[in-house]
Amino acid sequence: MLTLNNVEVIYNDVILVLKGMSMQVAEGKIVGLLGSNGAGKSTTLKAISGLLKPEDGEVTDGSIEFLGEAIHHTDAADIVRKGIFQVMEGRRVFEHLTTEENLIAGGYTRRDMNLSDELDMVYSYFPRLKERRAQTAGYLSGGEQQMLAIGRALMAQPKLMMLDEPSLGLAPMLVMEIFGIIKRINEEKGTTILLVEQNANLTLGVADYAYIMENGRIVLEGYPADLRENADVREFYLGLTEVGQRKSYRDVKHYKRRKRWLS
Amino acid sequence: MDLFIQLSLTGLTNGAILALAALGFVLIYKSSDVLNFAQGEFLLVGAYVIYAMIAQFGLHWTIGMALTILVSIGVGVTVERLVLRPMIGEPIISVIMVTIGLSSLLKAIVSTIWGNQPKAFPPFIPSQPVRVFGATVGLDRLWAIVIAILMLGLFNFFFRRSKEGIAMRAVADDQQAALSMGISVKKIFAWAWSIAATTAAIGGALVANIVGVGPELAGFGLRVFPVVILGGLDSIPGAIIGGVIIGLLEAYTGGYIGQGLNQVLPFIVLIVILMIRPYGLFGQEIIERV
Repeated sequence: MLTLNNVEVIYNDVILVLKGMSMQVAEGKIVGLLGSNGAGKSTTLKAISGLLKPEDGEVTDGSIEFLGEAIHHTDAADIVRKGIFQVMEGRRVFEHLTTEENLIAGGYTRRDMNLSDELDMVYSYFPRLKERRAQTAGYLSGGEQQMLAIGRALMAQPKLMMLDEPSLGLAPMLVMEIFGIIKRINEEKGTTILLVEQNANLTLGVADYAYIMENGRIVLEGYPADLRENADVREFYLGLTEVGQRKSYRDVKHYKRRKRWLS
Repeated sequence: MDLFIQLSLTGLTNGAILALAALGFVLIYKSSDVLNFAQGEFLLVGAYVIYAMIAQFGLHWTIGMALTILVSIGVGVTVERLVLRPMIGEPIISVIMVTIGLSSLLKAIVSTIWGNQPKAFPPFIPSQPVRVFGATVGLDRLWAIVIAILMLGLFNFFFRRSKEGIAMRAVADDQQAALSMGISVKKIFAWAWSIAATTAAIGGALVANIVGVGPELAGFGLRVFPVVILGGLDSIPGAIIGGVIIGLLEAYTGGYIGQGLNQVLPFIVLIVILMIRPYGLFGQEIIERV
């Protein structure tokens, strides 16, 4: 459904952030994209959704194809109309608008004037938003704001929903709840989901396939079950280490392994 | 008592016209954070265009008014296209400087076409005196009030109920997030500037109808600043109520205390209100979650 082929992104004409990034998202699946801070995950999403331009970023090489159509030179608004919706990092709700107005803004690209069906659908996934429908969004709690951000995306009825760190700054209980809803959206509506996360454990729990990103490119990919078994992933992303090994030896190995990853 | 009602009505009319000009100003600030220093010149252009339509081409005032609105939409879109779009992504302060340049440019264009002499202007809105609560007032002044109220209702509906209106407020809140949901920021700016130019032009036409046209009309636009600062830069009801307060204050001080002071008093009150409410009467406070 979505194919990134050797994509290169440069900010301000000098800073090379994506260095030949390639990945694929299959229709109807949940695909995880893991990586530490500064690996280029958010840049990847912005390259797909066309939001690089306001930040002076540019796709300088490679191609991004959605449903067989190159979209790396398409306007952000047209990309939304084609069916890709990015839920930006940090929730970014419209603080001075009410919950319901936020949702209506999310459904901006829908043709029909009456958005009540879409609203009902969003409220069925997030009953809490219905209680808060007339409240100013800036005063919602962090969890509610994240629900609102996802609800806003649902309003546009996208084919591909891209979520940028939906777990950011939320309590573990809430994160579980939100991941559960993401899974439900994928299963019930058939929406393809590209999930960018730092929380490897949770992501590998819901994803059908996952990529691991370091320093502007993919370094590892596979099915969650296989990735969980991978020694590097266990150590660097899941925080699991083999018990009983001698520390000094492991530290050396750690350094070497880390270096190989970053090169 | 008659004098009081007379002054109140005069104040309300001036206030209504001020509010119309301020409405556009608020709209631009709301959607793009830009202070438009050319708002007074939009009013000037509107006044001259309606003068041309009615006095020079001899059209009926309703047709003239409709054409003036069309011209203003054109002015708004052109300004957005030629002046503001190249400035997208530049610091806000540069954009504000550009609007100062724009104001000189518009003034120059107007004086090139119509010259610098004030022109008398046959009132086009019927202005026979009517008696209201014992005071006599021109019908045109009542019209100004009615039109301002209508515009307020219209805008309120637009911003609360229509998709475009909500999108406009969304852009004001977070441009990038708005972009991410397919809202075209360029289109929204074009909307904002066209509506601003249109409301200013309607205000200009109403002023022209009462006092005629002349280059000093742009000065009327300058009085928009105390109005919007008083009401809150980003509040539409604030623009209306601010306009009415300033209009009434000017009329009362002018009538009871004396001409001259009425130019100063609004600013004194303005400072007092700002000391109590720094966001203006209805300005949006910055939301901070704790």
